[in-house]
Amino acid sequence: MIEIKNIEKKFGNNHVLKNVSFIFERGKTNLIIGESGSGKTTLIKILIGLHKIDSGIVLFDGVDFNAIKTKKQRLLRQEIGMLFQGGALYDYMSVEENIMFPLNMFTKKTEIEKLERVNFCLKRVKLEGKNGLMPSELSGGMTKRVAIARAIVMQPKYLLCDEPNSGLDPKTAIIIDNLIQEITKEYNITTIVNTHDMNSVMEIGEKITFINKGEIWWKGNKDELLNSNNKELNDFVFASELFKRLKKG
Amino acid sequence: MEKVGLNSVTLVIILSFFVGAVVSIQTSINMSNPLLPSYLVGLASRDSLILEFSPTMISLILAGKVGSSIASELGSMRVTEQIDALEIMGINSASFLILPKVIATVFFFPFLIIISMGVGMVGAWVGGLSANITTADFMFGLKYEFIPFYITYAIIKTIFFAFIISTVSAYFGYHTKGGAISVGKASTAAVVASSILILLFNYILTDIILS
Repeated sequence: MIEIKNIEKKFGNNHVLKNVSFIFERGKTNLIIGESGSGKTTLIKILIGLHKIDSGIVLFDGVDFNAIKTKKQRLLRQEIGMLFQGGALYDYMSVEENIMFPLNMFTKKTEIEKLERVNFCLKRVKLEGKNGLMPSELSGGMTKRVAIARAIVMQPKYLLCDEPNSGLDPKTAIIIDNLIQEITKEYNITTIVNTHDMNSVMEIGEKITFINKGEIWWKGNKDELLNSNNKELNDFVFASELFKRLKKG
Repeated sequence: MEKVGLNSVTLVIILSFFVGAVVSIQTSINMSNPLLPSYLVGLASRDSLILEFSPTMISLILAGKVGSSIASELGSMRVTEQIDALEIMGINSASFLILPKVIATVFFFPFLIIISMGVGMVGAWVGGLSANITTADFMFGLKYEFIPFYITYAIIKTIFFAFIISTVSAYFGYHTKGGAISVGKASTAAVVASSILILLFNYILTDIILS
């Protein structure tokens, strides 16, 4: 479980996050939705310590991330798997090397054990036998799946996903969504997905947080979202004619 | 090591050979007075190459090649979130990415400069031949009143320059913000800043070591 309390963040005069508090539950796919520039990515980056907070607390299963020393922060980060918007695969490494990289850095497993784990993760994301490919040879969906494999190779307790569906076709996006949800249930991890893809919201939205202008405006699940009277939320979620018709009918 | 050093060997050899040859020809043209002995061409070429061309000029050229490569590599990694990915894994990205580059340049650049000196002198000999300087005269000048400390001085300068190139370029690359254009800007800024610092430290080190 990840808990944030009274998070405040400013970039100069831009007040990006205003007194944000929330609990991201374990074993659930926690979605953060909101317009571009609403503070979603900043929140994710605060959770993993890439941005410093002005005030507030970030607790990983009760451990205050910002109160512990850098060395302990690094150890905690080893328990976090992160799926970046563009995949962030190391372009000078093959698929196998990318996934094996955290194992090389932090474990004392033998080469055979590491390879077994890599192959297991590749199988899990349905990319068996793609070990030798370079990132430049992968499609957008494959890149995301390799990034998921790398994120789960260390068996993380927390999985953070920043716009996992950006740039993907709807079919591939659903595959990625389902994969994230399956992994969350299978390993009982705390997953946070940052998205503005409404298909994702309807597909895997177990616990949804709507951020608007740096504040949390609404919390609920996908069923509650369909029946919400929150104007800002409705303006955001039902922006397209298709979703307007879905709400009406 | 391969990226910051070995890939530059060919460039260093080509540059040093031709500059050595040109230095030799120009020196011989400017020493047309019959009272000046022809072995001075070898001596002047030697000192020009060891004291200034090999350590300083080659370092400036390497600032363009290696420095821009380091800055653009790190800049690309920054804008594609590869550096963030390292941080998330709990890896100190700065020491993981930058330290090997600093060590490789500081270790390898002196070898490049020594190669440059050797090849430059071969070029100077060839240039001298075309300017009617005999091999015997050239070799005599090359050995005449040779001060071995000049080599030490050149290597000390090179080590400083290598450190400047790798750290300044890494700084600009590592702190890139934005997209592809920012990577290009970071790369250019790295080369400009490295070059200016090399020239400044060339003056300071020369003043300290040789004065």
